[in-house]
Amino acid sequence: MSPKKPEMEERTKQIVAPWKGRHGGTIPVLQEVQKEFGYLPEDALMVISREMKIPPSELFGVATFYAQFHLKPRGRHIIRVCRGTACHVRGSLAILDKIKKVLQIEENGTTEDLRYTLEPVACLGACGLAPVMMVDEETHGRLTPDKVMETLGSYE
Amino acid sequence: MAFYRAHVLVCKGTGCSASGSSSVFDALGEEIRKRGLDQEVALVETGCHGMCEMGPIVVIYPEGSLYCRVSVDDVPEIVEEHLYKGRLVQRLLYTTPDRKVKVPRYRDIPFYSKQHRIALRNCGYINPDNIEEYIARDGYAALAKALTSMKPEEVLSEVKTSGLRGRGGGGFPTGLKWEFCRKAPGDKKYVICNADEGDPGAFMDRSILEGDPHAVIEGMMLGAYAMGADEGYIYCRAEYPLAIKRLVGAIAQAEEFGLIGDNVMDTDFSFHLHIKEGAGAFVCGEETALMASIEGERGMPRPRPPFPANKGLWGKPSNINNVETWANVPNIIRNGGSWFASIGTEKSKGTKVFALTGKVNNTGLVEVPMGTTIRDIVFDMGGGILKDRKFKAVQIGGPSGGCLTEEHLDLPVDYESLTAAGAIMGSGGLVVMDEDTCMVDVSKFFLEFTQRESCGKCVPCREGTKQMLLILEKITSGKGRMEDLKILEDLAVMVKEMSLCGLGQTAPNPVLTTLRYFRDEYETHIRDKKCLAKACSALISYLIDPDKCKKCGLCAKNCPVKCISGDRNTPYVIDQEKCIKCGTCLEVCPFQAVFKE
Repeated sequence: MSPKKPEMEERTKQIVAPWKGRHGGTIPVLQEVQKEFGYLPEDALMVISREMKIPPSELFGVATFYAQFHLKPRGRHIIRVCRGTACHVRGSLAILDKIKKVLQIEENGTTEDLRYTLEPVACLGACGLAPVMMVDEETHGRLTPDKVMETLGSYE
Repeated sequence: MAFYRAHVLVCKGTGCSASGSSSVFDALGEEIRKRGLDQEVALVETGCHGMCEMGPIVVIYPEGSLYCRVSVDDVPEIVEEHLYKGRLVQRLLYTTPDRKVKVPRYRDIPFYSKQHRIALRNCGYINPDNIEEYIARDGYAALAKALTSMKPEEVLSEVKTSGLRGRGGGGFPTGLKWEFCRKAPGDKKYVICNADEGDPGAFMDRSILEGDPHAVIEGMMLGAYAMGADEGYIYCRAEYPLAIKRLVGAIAQAEEFGLIGDNVMDTDFSFHLHIKEGAGAFVCGEETALMASIEGERGMPRPRPPFPANKGLWGKPSNINNVETWANVPNIIRNGGSWFASIGTEKSKGTKVFALTGKVNNTGLVEVPMGTTIRDIVFDMGGGILKDRKFKAVQIGGPSGGCLTEEHLDLPVDYESLTAAGAIMGSGGLVVMDEDTCMVDVSKFFLEFTQRESCGKCVPCREGTKQMLLILEKITSGKGRMEDLKILEDLAVMVKEMSLCGLGQTAPNPVLTTLRYFRDEYETHIRDKKCLAKACSALISYLIDPDKCKKCGLCAKNCPVKCISGDRNTPYVIDQEKCIKCGTCLEVCPFQAVFKE
């Protein structure tokens, strides 16, 4: 459940407060707001724009430039399948395809029950364990298409 | 201080953690207590040992024994045998892939014995969360030496003497870069650490930050002293949560010890350090884009000059170096620039950390003197190719690098020789490929990456990489024409020469090197519509061997497009017209009757 608009605006204002009038706050504020709500709600972005005196065009420009920011709600668990070189040559595409097939979602898609969001990422830097995926903050290595769904099942 | 007769080191780097080292650590603690050994045996968590393939890794000193792939079930035996009775647990020792020899000591393992560790010297050796362990390994001694007995010019001159060059890819002489910033007018200057390690296939920066964060901090402070800066930023990828956690902890401890802050060690030198989390854009590894990102803008590069040394972060003179570069600096100041310059080749001094990955037995991090051959790295340290397959190529330098072949195996690895062969040192990713890797697919893979990560500011990179990718997609789906190769090559040269920043200037390298060394593979894809490595799905067919088929019907049941027919009396057959080549049938067949051709 997403929070009600007034509460969301209030919380956003609190996050912005320490950065008001200081430079370099845009990205940390966006990161903090996303951590709070799981994504960047449009209403929250408008609050940031007003409070920090940044035109909405510029703020949306920044929010859409970086892969980390999301303008739509996401699943409870984020599956990041590594598509780096080492994982690619050790078969990460098969892992990604398997997840897509079983969960019936596309890349960057979210399951209808909001349980999972699937995101391919450039590299997780755990190349020694290729192929690798990260579910939330945990890294899982040496995956096989058979093993992957079992691992995912433990995330409710 | 308590005195321990043995130290048990458990790797808690990202690799080993993913393999379960946290529970091994807890189990060891429990077992050691249960056995009443907790007064004589110390349990320590460390950063990355580099041999991630063999994780979780447990090392026991004073013997220096390394145990591989330790699981919770192995813990009672390790405690009983090794710590209690003083006998090695043979079955957990490292075994060489070729000779089947068990190696009892850490430093005798070929993966380690040929390494020369400078940047990684503390990784896996100390507890990165404890500043005292870093100090015990001469940590902050270089800073003390510089602040109390050296002028800033002298620090700079040591770095120049050392011949250290940027380890992030460019290879620009570090001392010179520092000098530009030192000479730039202005009383406010910044030092920045580029920890936005985005190259797929590289993780040396991550391991240094996770295993020895203070080395990076000390390096930055020495740089700040030499250049007259008083503030620093570490720009670290948000995908590296553990590295960020360790850095936050390290900075807090250094502040507590009076090593960061105002009047460090009662001198006039003051320094403040901040961490900025990156937000997921590969182009931010480019220095001007990175600074734009710290300022809160879209991370887009800008033309240089003005160079960051004159007009960098918030318009102030700034110096930016990569993690590994910074980690080398304390060693240079402590041991002297000429010591560092005595290692390596004529123009490339010191060592380089490589992330050895792909189809090789020992994946992980290796630090070797510049000039070591690729053969030494892949076959001696890496233990050769997985499953004894045939070596085909090594991709060096990430998406900006190139693919080198068997004829380059004896190439000494340094900046110049790699560039001459069409690759680059890059950040040091070294991905090994065997005969099952399709080189056209690999170059398409890299281009997909650079095309997606292109920031879109300049036309050659934005449009050029897109057109190149479309041609490669055509070729890998069997619709290529011979004249496409010429267009592809022309486009590649254009993008390389005309792009604004390093991303575009190097993006064509994988295409150019594969065209140079593996042209026949492109031609086979175009002329014969065949992918000999069986990697390009459009060019392969799935078939069922009627002799092996047991007529169980599992394949037909699982086929998403229902293109497999047969029954209990007739072997199953795939309708090639309807087949979408998803590979499900091959995956589900219990009798290995389905094969690719």
